[in-house]
Amino acid sequence: MRFLNALSAVFVGDAQADRVVPPTGYTARLTLFAAAAMAFLTVFALALSLATGRLAQRWGNELAQSSTLRISAPSEQLNAQTEAALTVLASTPGVASARALSSDEQRALLSPWFGPDLPVDSLPIPQLIEIKETEQGYDTVGLRHRLQAEVPGAVLDDHTRWRRPLEKAAGRLRFLGWVSIGLIGAATAAMITLAANAALSANAQVIAVLRLIGAQDRYIAQAFVRRFTLRSLTGAALGTAIGMLAIFLLPAAQDEAGFLTGLGFAGASWALPLVIPPLAAVVAYLATGAAARRTLGELA
Amino acid sequence: MIELNNIAYSYGGGELLSDVSLKIAPGSFHFLTGPSGSGKTTFLKLCYGALVPTSGHVELFGRDVREMSRDDHALTRRQIGVVHQDCQFLDHLPVRENVSLPLVVSGRENLEHVSNLKELLSWVGLGNRAGALPPELSGGERQRAALARAVIMSPDVVLADEPTGNVDWDMSQRLLQLLVELNKMGKTILIATHDMNLIRAAKGHVQARVLRISNRKLQLAGADL
Repeated sequence: MRFLNALSAVFVGDAQADRVVPPTGYTARLTLFAAAAMAFLTVFALALSLATGRLAQRWGNELAQSSTLRISAPSEQLNAQTEAALTVLASTPGVASARALSSDEQRALLSPWFGPDLPVDSLPIPQLIEIKETEQGYDTVGLRHRLQAEVPGAVLDDHTRWRRPLEKAAGRLRFLGWVSIGLIGAATAAMITLAANAALSANAQVIAVLRLIGAQDRYIAQAFVRRFTLRSLTGAALGTAIGMLAIFLLPAAQDEAGFLTGLGFAGASWALPLVIPPLAAVVAYLATGAAARRTLGELA
Repeated sequence: MIELNNIAYSYGGGELLSDVSLKIAPGSFHFLTGPSGSGKTTFLKLCYGALVPTSGHVELFGRDVREMSRDDHALTRRQIGVVHQDCQFLDHLPVRENVSLPLVVSGRENLEHVSNLKELLSWVGLGNRAGALPPELSGGERQRAALARAVIMSPDVVLADEPTGNVDWDMSQRLLQLLVELNKMGKTILIATHDMNLIRAAKGHVQARVLRISNRKLQLAGADL
């Protein structure tokens, strides 16, 4: 509560107190630029995190509710084993539907590797059965045992071995995005601290005068903190606006598009970058406050 | 009010003041004299807590300066107006704002003080220079502006370090007159100066004690005025 009161005092301000510290050109520009650049980068890191989150969810959803049964058998037994497998699947709780892929569908799956003229019928290609699960899913171990007994040539692939590494990779990427945001925040704090230290050192004489006339450290620090907090807020608002515009102007994601075109915000997540400027202001408030307390202690 | 007990102050390996004791009573008027470099400015800084003695004790309004926090020091400075030799202004602010700065930092600025500020600037003869920036002022004007700033909070004590150092004789007389007027209002005054003519000029206008720093010691310089 005390922190919020102090922070609100920064925005309410004291016009007379603001004039006590002379304007310093280069630290003002440095803070503004640093805050804007960091906010711009944060928008992209945030977009990356959200995009990888969506990607992981999509992969999970698409692969988690489906599985494939592969039947490898001599050609004269293939149809019989396929029928037997479909019968087993039809009576398995948790299986919503099961469908044997047609020759055309199997050819389409193989065409990226073997070309469109593949003679599927003349090759010993296994028969694939696409299984759709209900929300509850089926008992994988139990189904494997039944298939082993009734359809010896069947191999059940529940996509776990594909899904897990993909989800893991997406999770790592999302984590890296959040780490980047943390690092950007820390770098912003470091740059603002440097600028605040420079401003405090340049104004040592002003601080001496203020102390001579009875100004408390809180008052002196406030004059610097307010200035740097407002500059950071302005810079970050500018950087965030430019970053959001850049994301908005990225090519729209298509069905066949890859990860990069999916980079961006969707729906309500467009509101998330709006948190960046206030957060930058809080970072600046804390960094400048710490720098001011340290410098005023050293100048005492 | 201000009490120094057996204080010593060393700087850069050498002792500047040694075994100095003084009790400044409310409403008193003191001159502090001595040659340049004798420690007059150091003595004044000890009197308002800007420096802490190497040994001995300084008490300001009954409190030992060593036991005071930085905030306590700031609050004490509001009771002690200081006129520095080099005045120390914020050069980017006009005289009006420099003089009212103690009110601003203490949060006591209000409309009543605005009218007091006009009176105060007129009293020190700067009524028509309120909008000027400090670098535009003459030496005497700067000293008078510094005096106005020192007294705007109506402090109990006014300490002045060579207030007539950079001004001509007429202006010295004017500044002395202002300090005497303050003393007659009940303020305690301590002026550090090497200008003996100024001290002689005060004779007959104010009851003052003349102190001298010599060989690191504080002595009474002849009879009181």
